[in-house]
Amino acid sequence: MATDPAPLKPQCDDALHEIYHLLSGELDDAKREQITVHLDECAPCAEPYDFYAELRKVVQQRCHDTAPPGLLSRIEDALGHEPH
Amino acid sequence: MADQARFAELAMEHMSSLYSAALRMTRNPADAEDLVQETYLKAYRGFGGFTEGTNLKAWLYRILTNSYINTYRAKQRRPDETDLDDVEDLFLYNRLGGLEAARASRSAEDELMDLFSEDEVKRAVEELPENFRMAVLLADVEGFSYKEIAEILDIPIGTVMSRLHRGRKGLEKALYEFAVKRRLAEPVSNPAT
Repeated sequence: MATDPAPLKPQCDDALHEIYHLLSGELDDAKREQITVHLDECAPCAEPYDFYAELRKVVQQRCHDTAPPGLLSRIEDALGHEPH
Repeated sequence: MADQARFAELAMEHMSSLYSAALRMTRNPADAEDLVQETYLKAYRGFGGFTEGTNLKAWLYRILTNSYINTYRAKQRRPDETDLDDVEDLFLYNRLGGLEAARASRSAEDELMDLFSEDEVKRAVEELPENFRMAVLLADVEGFSYKEIAEILDIPIGTVMSRLHRGRKGLEKALYEFAVKRRLAEPVSNPAT
């Protein structure tokens, strides 16, 4: 939406750089706190953050397949032939 | 000896996610089924040495990825792409973030979901160079931590992060190409304004 981006502050640079790590839950408490506070205050950074949060959900939900119906019994069968 | 009922009780609930991951790796349903079965057999044989309470899912994925690498990788090795360096941070956002379709109801969670079909997202993941694909699958689809991925793939955490960095760029690029194909985005290298 922001077609006229204001020059990035160092906090913006920092927040944008960490988006994926934040979404992956890989930042330590202090860093996470620092960036979430910034995102609450800075709409131009919150926007891409929301975009990537949603992208992550899309990738997760779109990549799930259901195992074919016969697979479970096939595996249980194979396990049944293993020595106990 | 391993207790088969106990093993089934703990391990079988992961079958569908293992199958999904196997399908992304092998890109072939028959191979994916074989790979999952092989994973369960190996896991069962090693179950006696497994400590309950430790991360069973991560252990199953470790067996899955090792089995894949040993059995299938040689068959379908692809050259690793090296042209991801021109993909900057926020690549996809800079190109799609301003789209009317994505913008109109940004708050609605379904917007981006509607933009890409299931088939497109799967293909975007499957077409990633293998090392990047495994990292992205484990982190962004399965939600393993970087540390867990380092253990599953038996590589240093720094390597996990660099593979993820490039894999995520590759994924953004592939999705962007689908958007361009569907005329949702301009085929230019600079963000459209």
